[in-house]
This record gives sequence, structure tokens and C-alpha cells, in this order.
Amino acid sequence: MPDPIPADRLYHPAHDWARIEGDTATFGVTWYAQDLLGEIVFWDGPEVGTTITLGEPYAELESVKAVSDVIAPLSGEVLELNPVLADDPGRINESPYEDGWLAKVKIADPAELEQLLDAGAYRELLG
Amino acid sequence: MSELQLSPLHDRHLAAGGRLAPFAGWSMPVQYTGIREEHAAVRERAGVFDVSHMGQIEVAGPDALSLLQQTISNDLATVAVGGAQYGLICRPDGGIADDVFTYRLGDQRYLVVTNATNHAADLAWLRRYAAGLEVELSDRIGDFAMLAVQGPAARELVGGLAAAELPPRMRAAQSTVAGVPALICGTGYTGEPGVEILCAPADAGALWDRLLAAGVTPAGLGARDTLRLEACFHLHGNDIGPDRDPIEAGLGWCCKEATGFVGSAAVTAARQDTTALRLVAFRIEGEGIARPGNPIAGGGEVTSGTLSPSLGVGIGMAYVPPDLAAPGSELEIDVRGRTRRALVTEKPLYRPKES
Repeated sequence: MPDPIPADRLYHPAHDWARIEGDTATFGVTWYAQDLLGEIVFWDGPEVGTTITLGEPYAELESVKAVSDVIAPLSGEVLELNPVLADDPGRINESPYEDGWLAKVKIADPAELEQLLDAGAYRELLG
Repeated sequence: MSELQLSPLHDRHLAAGGRLAPFAGWSMPVQYTGIREEHAAVRERAGVFDVSHMGQIEVAGPDALSLLQQTISNDLATVAVGGAQYGLICRPDGGIADDVFTYRLGDQRYLVVTNATNHAADLAWLRRYAAGLEVELSDRIGDFAMLAVQGPAARELVGGLAAAELPPRMRAAQSTVAGVPALICGTGYTGEPGVEILCAPADAGALWDRLLAAGVTPAGLGARDTLRLEACFHLHGNDIGPDRDPIEAGLGWCCKEATGFVGSAAVTAARQDTTALRLVAFRIEGEGIARPGNPIAGGGEVTSGTLSPSLGVGIGMAYVPPDLAAPGSELEIDVRGRTRRALVTEKPLYRPKES
């Protein structure tokens, strides 16, 4: 299955995406990231209200075979976590770009957007 | 880094959608459709694993038994022709260099199945002790593909393709499966009934195809690991190694010091040591999955850890101090900075359903 890499969002090289909606952003991991991890069985997100920092881990995804940090693609305050993931973390595998989103964040510094990749640059990174 | 070796079933793995990863110098399938699905296929029906990366050493001649008694911890004198036995290759200090299965193929002929990572060292070790003995050692790793067919229906499905009745558990016999000459062994690494089949690499593809046509599910090394951990079988390199002795690893049962094997004096001494860590099985209470290297409060560490697909909880094995080793003991495991509680549990962690 090819990675669709939607064009409506920005990408961090650690295989995370951010979809910008005004001053908030929705975060998730890319198809490549979930494919690499395999079947995700637990997700451990941050508390709502905490501040997360671009380039730093803010969550853990656990697959049968390994645990992996999720890197924040932008800095900001966590507004909401995807409520379906607690019971069904496999949604991240099934729909990494839509139903399997991880968190919504209030963007702390719009200048950080400059550091992210667009879909074309991310596709190039994957080679 | 030298080039990875390809299994004789490499094209079959690609055709089955296998995801290949480097493993002990080989490119082997970690999974096909998914670890949990493959795991369930083995627990509920039958799966086939390509374990062609495992090594084989043939030991033959009048002094074959004498060499193996010296270099393997168990007592092969008790094994009749057609029998099989698990044992350890120990260093003089008792450290575990490898764990091996030995099949007695003839009166003076044995086949030792080694772990891929340790095969070359095992061969060198046996050669060293063979000096002056009337014994012929042959490296047979290139002569065999090895397929493990495991699960409650495995014996029935393989039996339907075999020319003769399958050997029972812990026995081996030369026969024909799907028209392919093979050594069939009633052994495995999943806790389920099944067989391991050794055949010529050139025949492996045809055998694989017939097994799949009979309804056996391809299963990768990922499922092999979750299955063996539920069954509490040791993985060399994780749960046992040169820095662990058989007694702390709970493998005293396969050490027969009366044979005088290399390391037997150290094993005898280890049996008296009441302060050493002990390898236990555990299950996490609540959420979380412990992983190798996670420290235990009070001493010791996790050596294997995963999500148990059968039980739906984190499970693993860990070395713990003796006062935490009894089943029912509570462990506190530091999982990436968070304390997870786990219960020391009787082995195996999962017992196959009565069939």
C-alpha cells in the first residue's frame, strides 16, 4: 500500500504530521511511521493542558514488538487528545492521517511552521 | 557489514507479503499480515515458520557421544536412536554459550541444531574439544532448510502430506513430506504441538507451497517471539547468555553434572548459591509493556517483554532477587520512567488449549 502523504498539512522528519487550522494544529504520525512500528497496541499521550516542544517526545506508541517516542512537530499547549485511541489504538494503523490523529495543540509560535516540510519535501525524504 | 544471507524460501516470503529484516546475518521475515494474526493462527490452527537461519552440526564416529557429553550439559547417553534432547553449551565458568537441540540420527551419528548467531562459535568450540577424538564434525548449515509447523492442527496437516506416521514429541525420523525427503522432528518453540522439518534447500519451496495449500498460515519471527515468550522458552541473547549460568536461568533440569561436561563444576557451585538472581515469568497488572533492559525495584532486570496476544496483557521474563522469585510476588518494573506493577507467574504464562 503506498503512503498517500496528504498535501493539506506539514511534516516533521521524525514522521509526524501537523494540520494547521488557524492558531491550532492537529498532530499525528505518518503512514510510514505506523507501518514501521507494526500493530499499535497502546498509546500513551500527554495530559491536556501540558506544553509540548517541537522536536521533543510528547507521546509513546507501543506496538507488539517495540515502543517508540512520538516527536512533537510544533510547540504548543495540548488542547485535546483523540478519544477513540484509548480503546482502539489500532486506529492509528488503519487511518494514520484521519481517524488516527493523536492530539490537538494550540500553536505557541507560528514561526516554527517554517521548519516543517511540505508533502513534496516529505515524500523526497522517504526516497 | 557483510551481505545478508537469503533463505531458500526468500521468493516465497516476498510472494506472501513478508516484511524482511536482518536477523543474525540473515534476511528473514518478521511478519506477513501482522504479528497478532499470525500468532492466533498458530494458537488456533497451524502456522509455518521459516527457521532456515538455524545451524546444524553433524557429529559422527565412535567418539561422537563422548564429545557431546563433554560439550553439552544434558545426558545424551540416555537418548536412543531417533530421540531428541535439549541442552546447553557452557563455558568453563558456567556461562551459557548456546542452547541447542540434539537429534540422535544413528548409533554413532548426531545432529546438533544451533542458534544462528552462535553457530560458528559452537562449531569452533566442538572442534576444539574434538582434538584427539575419533569423531567427524561437519558443518551442515548449508545443507538444510528448516521449517517449523506449529499449532493444534499442525500434526494432522503435515501428517496428511507425509509418507509415514509422524514421529511423536521429542522424536525424529527420516521420511518424506509432500514428496520431499526430510528429517521430521517432533519439536518446536511455541508451546503448541507440531513438527520441525529439515530438508534440502532446493526442496524447501515445494514443501512450503504444499503446506500453504493445506491451510497452514505463514508466520514470521515476530509471532515466533510472542509465542515462545507465552510458553516461557528462553531466547539466547535475551534470557540466557555467557553472563548467565543455567541455575539462575532455571535450566538446572537440563544439566547433568555427572557427565563431567565443560562448566559442570561451576553449575554444581551455582546450585549451592542461594543469593543469585532467578529468571522468572511475569505478567503486568494493568497497562504497559515491559521491554528488555527495564530495571526491577530491588535488583534485576527484564530480559524479554512483549504484549501477549493470547492474554492481552504485557508479559515477560526477568532476573529478580530470590526473595521476589516465588509465584505471586509483586514486581515493580521501571518502564521508561514509569512504575509498572507485575505479578511473578508460574511458567508457562500460556498453556495451550486441550485438543
